[in-house]
Amino acid sequence: MMIEYQNLFTRVQVHGPNDLGVPMKPGNWPREKGITTNWLMGTIGDAQLGPIYLGAIGIMSLLCGFIAIEIIGLNMFASVNWNPIQFVRQFFWLGLEPPPAKYGLSLAPLREGGWWQIAGFFLTASILLWWVRTYRRARALGMGTHIAWAFAAAIWLYLVLGFIRPLIMGNFSEAVPFGIFPHLDWTAAFSIRYGNLFYNPFHMLSIVFLYGSALLFAMHGATILSVSRLGGEREIEQIIDRGTASERAALFWRWTMGFNATMESIHRWAWWMAVLCPLVGGIGILLTGTVVDNWYLWSVKHGVAPMYPFDLTAPIVDPATAQ
Amino acid sequence: MKLSATTLTASLLVSVIAILLAIPMMLQWERPPMDSTQLGFRGLGMEQITNPRLAEKLKAANPLPTPDDPVPDDGVLVKNDHENYKNVQVLGDLDTAQFNRLMGAITVWVAPQDGDNASCAYCHNIENMASDEKYTKVVARRMLQMTRAINTQHKSHVAETGVTCYTCHRGQPVPANVWSTNPGPKQAGGFAASRDGQNVAGQSVPAYASLPYDPFTTLLKPDARIRVVATTALPEGTGADVKATEKTYALMMHMSSALGVNCTFCHNTRQFASWQQSRPQRVTAWHGIQMVRDIDTNYLGSLTDVFPANRKGPEGDVYKVNCATCHHGVNKPLYGFSMAKSYPELSVPNP
Repeated sequence: MMIEYQNLFTRVQVHGPNDLGVPMKPGNWPREKGITTNWLMGTIGDAQLGPIYLGAIGIMSLLCGFIAIEIIGLNMFASVNWNPIQFVRQFFWLGLEPPPAKYGLSLAPLREGGWWQIAGFFLTASILLWWVRTYRRARALGMGTHIAWAFAAAIWLYLVLGFIRPLIMGNFSEAVPFGIFPHLDWTAAFSIRYGNLFYNPFHMLSIVFLYGSALLFAMHGATILSVSRLGGEREIEQIIDRGTASERAALFWRWTMGFNATMESIHRWAWWMAVLCPLVGGIGILLTGTVVDNWYLWSVKHGVAPMYPFDLTAPIVDPATAQ
Repeated sequence: MKLSATTLTASLLVSVIAILLAIPMMLQWERPPMDSTQLGFRGLGMEQITNPRLAEKLKAANPLPTPDDPVPDDGVLVKNDHENYKNVQVLGDLDTAQFNRLMGAITVWVAPQDGDNASCAYCHNIENMASDEKYTKVVARRMLQMTRAINTQHKSHVAETGVTCYTCHRGQPVPANVWSTNPGPKQAGGFAASRDGQNVAGQSVPAYASLPYDPFTTLLKPDARIRVVATTALPEGTGADVKATEKTYALMMHMSSALGVNCTFCHNTRQFASWQQSRPQRVTAWHGIQMVRDIDTNYLGSLTDVFPANRKGPEGDVYKVNCATCHHGVNKPLYGFSMAKSYPELSVPNP
């Protein structure tokens, strides 16, 4: 049995009596009864599907999300004159643009960004309601609210991009359009306009945490799988009762890099690495255009950006000033 | 609801295969190896990447023309030969031999096709060569003035290479790469959101972006502001917004594809706005934008009432030039071959 864990893909499926969860306190809706098991799902996760808990907040969240997606989708569909073939063919190109700068923070006409504002409102409502759901479901199970707060970090970045920063800049044209290529174009143009976002120290930190999360995830997953034949899968118990699996894993990392996390701290590392990525990213976006207008020039001013040698015998001069 | 494992596996497999097929269909991948030329200080990534296989095709699509052999002067100026030459408003100072050589060349450059309304007859009433009854003759006269203006007043862009009709026309009455105000494909309209001049496939350069598809109408107007990057570290007043940046981005991508070069051909991309760190080619390109504005406004724009409706865009403006009109995907049109040297009469100031 233990040796199955050595495989890179999930080999073990546990099929037991359906797990209905802990008893619910009053004030919760009863759990749905629909439970099924699925072998294919079992190859990537738990074979048991359900019971799902929707509740009033879950339903409201899904409804708001549906309205937002519907507004975005129908406006994209209208932009190809209701042609279903073009809608599918051009889907990656289509978008819903925020209002032009002239409308400031006021409600824009529907065809000039008004739909974007309405879609944004419902999408935000949907996301915030879903956050409440993650918080309340965790509480209902007697869990901590770590997941809800991690989710809140992502919501912070979303709100900065689409709402808080536009609010400070004084108009919604600063916000991100909906659409696959449109939002990517926006990202590239945003970086160019504000003098290259790679010189934004918070952007640098955000990248560190993004890549750091991936690295840490790989290291942790690999470590636990590699000591699973020694009982390493009982990692939470091993926080206080180490046992040979965590001792060997710890020694491996001390041998190879001189230091090791513990069964407890690795999970705090993972949580903070992931949470800090959108948290500092949001700070970086919030400062862009409001506090710093050109990150490259800011970096030159503070000695961050190095200068390279130029041919001083033939300096390049702005022709608009040379005339 | 319970799906059998086989059904699910089968449907998963089908979707994976569909996605794998869709990716190469969507992306017109170019296979390696590519050629790379270092353009700037080491480590800056200032490199020109070219696909040698596409470069070969490009060379074949841009054949070098053969100039006509020089002819001896007749010793008579066109303006003095009242009997044979009437209504010659621009080229009157030419020797008649040179005038006829140039007329022959223009025919080959612009309207070499066979037919009743081709060759000389594309512009002239053959019965009365002096007549201005064909709009094409009025246009051609203005274009001669334009060519001379380019070769004398825009040397900062065309240098000593200069241009002839062939640089743009390449044997076509209407050059292959022209632009007019582009309203884009039809939208549903009403109270549905406007696409705001962007977010549509097959219109913008590059293909895999939703950038504005007509940056020319606004940004090629004289005095339009193309520069969008902040010039100070901290905010000082209101700068360009991100939408304006996307438009400039679209214009720059047009220049890039029209010349077959990367951004780093002109810019150090760490800071697009910095002239100090740019290559001298950026100065040439800047003068090119000024030249295009002059051409579009003062030469082609002045012909708005001359062109018939079928020679205008959907919004009723005349076809105008951008970088691609001369360059045809090559950073120096015709790989720097100077056609104008063989026709010095095109490089003198207008009378």
